[in-house]
Amino acid sequence: MRQTRREFLKTITRGAIATALPIGAFKFLSPREARAAVASSNVRWGFLVDTYKCVGCGFCVKACKLENEVPYDAPVTRTWVERYVILKNGRMLADTPMGARDGFTDPKVQEQEVNPRDIAKAFFVPKLCNQCENPPCVQVCPVGATYQRADGVVLVDRSWCIGCGYCIMACPYGVRFFHPIYHTAEKCTFCIHRLVKGMNTACVDACPFGARKVGNLKDPNDPVTQVILNQRVAVLKPEYGTKPQAFYIGLDENVR
Amino acid sequence: MEGYIHGLEWTVKELFTYPNEFITWSIQIVMYPYMTGLVAGAFVLSSLYHVFGQEDLKDLAKFALVFSFALLLVAPMPLMFHLQHPLRGMEVFFTPHFTSAISAFGIVFFTYSMVVSTEIWFVYRKFFVEQALSLKGKEGLVNRFKWLIYTALTLGAYDISEEALHKDERAVKILAAIGIPVACFLHGYAGFIFGSVKANALWMTPLMPVIFIMSAIVSGIALCMLTYIVIMEWKKFRIKRARKPWEVTAEEVGGVELDLMRKTSKYLIGFLIAAITLELLDLVFRGYTAVKSWDILRSVIYERDFFKIFILQYTFGDLIPFIMLLMPRPTVRRLVVALVLVLFGVFMMRWNVVIGGQAFSLTFAGYMDYHIPIIPHNIETFKEGVMGALVIGIMPFVLFWGINKIVPSLKYK
Repeated sequence: MRQTRREFLKTITRGAIATALPIGAFKFLSPREARAAVASSNVRWGFLVDTYKCVGCGFCVKACKLENEVPYDAPVTRTWVERYVILKNGRMLADTPMGARDGFTDPKVQEQEVNPRDIAKAFFVPKLCNQCENPPCVQVCPVGATYQRADGVVLVDRSWCIGCGYCIMACPYGVRFFHPIYHTAEKCTFCIHRLVKGMNTACVDACPFGARKVGNLKDPNDPVTQVILNQRVAVLKPEYGTKPQAFYIGLDENVR
Repeated sequence: MEGYIHGLEWTVKELFTYPNEFITWSIQIVMYPYMTGLVAGAFVLSSLYHVFGQEDLKDLAKFALVFSFALLLVAPMPLMFHLQHPLRGMEVFFTPHFTSAISAFGIVFFTYSMVVSTEIWFVYRKFFVEQALSLKGKEGLVNRFKWLIYTALTLGAYDISEEALHKDERAVKILAAIGIPVACFLHGYAGFIFGSVKANALWMTPLMPVIFIMSAIVSGIALCMLTYIVIMEWKKFRIKRARKPWEVTAEEVGGVELDLMRKTSKYLIGFLIAAITLELLDLVFRGYTAVKSWDILRSVIYERDFFKIFILQYTFGDLIPFIMLLMPRPTVRRLVVALVLVLFGVFMMRWNVVIGGQAFSLTFAGYMDYHIPIIPHNIETFKEGVMGALVIGIMPFVLFWGINKIVPSLKYK
């Protein structure tokens, strides 16, 4: 069969259009959409911190390190507690020695002697991964080693993480670090291995004052959801658009 | 497995920082955009001749192209040095997660390597064929080996008629034209890696990719000029030493063509102005809008890093070489000093972005200082210290030396 170039191009164009049209009728799903379409989760884990109840004992940090095998004497930690001291002149002092693993035993804040009479207010703020609805750490992972579960918890695959540190740089909350032994990105998992068994996270169980609570945000009768729905709560750094899912009662404007 | 905390050795924290914060991206992440920048710059320089027909750059174009290839091979090395699991680096190609800027690396890098190597092939095709034909049947192991290489490099295309060569030229022109956006993309996306990190107050600006491209071209042109000068002067020196002065003709010791250098430095100055303008625009804009992060940024830029930014980068890296290049009657010595300063300035710019971006805490209430490891005492302090950076810095010249043996890019006079 002889064919001129013009005819050949014509046929190709027609063929391309003919195939493209039916393909256009399909919708391409992102892996996340596909997962949601098949198995939508009726669980969304969220966290509630009552800063009024926290005394900075650091039991949560201890419990977390032991439960999740983060080397005890390493300064890195999945959860930590911050101490804020606001002076009457408006100055803010804050610290978190060893992530408050041993509590706050030194009255010095930021290595400074503080006269109790100068203090306007002082409080403790526990921190952990916010399991953001729009997690920047997941977005930037070049190999997909970190991912978000259907229940909202963000995990890291230690067998796949290349250790580039992009997720560590991308998290506005500083919750990620390199694990001292595995040398892969490490973060709070809401103790998902405990949650799926119907238990609480290690830090929630360790807190003697009930300052930490974990709950299912999709269950309107869950006590945590009740508080978030009915009381005045705030999240950390909402300006980054990450939609954090750890809610705080009594969050002060000085909290970083 | 050894237990250590990445970054603990070289990070000094001050005031209030989060417990997990360290200088996670250290010297190799400074080297990475620096090297890709040199690649892009060298390629753009060679394209100025091939695409825009800047005849004055003809001699430098071939060299810049081959040098860009050597630099290209080095570009991924800093990343390998930086990764905590370098052996898993290949995953970026196998399971790219496309919402991440780094995942584009595989695609961009391979596209660019293909463009550059194809262009080199078309430029040198005639040479390959000639070598293959002349070495055919010659005695000696070296000749046999060289014949084998050149025969393989011809890829079986032996037609070097006038018509075929003309087609080659067209192909080179097209490839050089495709290469410019790809080179800019290669480097622009390196800028995007930083510019898109919303958690980092210093990095997050849409200007970042453009600033990176401009300074990349500046550094690429500067490195090409510098290497060209050094090689040419070295040749001149060798010829002079080997023979008696009266046996040497003026043509043989031509050395550096100052005219060529003066013309090339015009392009350098142009891109330098663009780069500085954008950087200053960014700085002015940040100060003027003064959002939440400005207090800590101002203290880093104007106080803690003042010397690195305004003295080392802007004064020594931009202002002084700018004046030196604009001064009439250029000399080789002045050019060399100016070019070294330009290269240093671009390096400082990378440093001030990468390390400067980690100089303040996410709390906006504390600082971190990077104490670069000089004498390594373990693999970590070697990789992410002065020694690791030097290895990366020397590598392109070693590779160029090897590649230049096969595709000679510097004309002997």
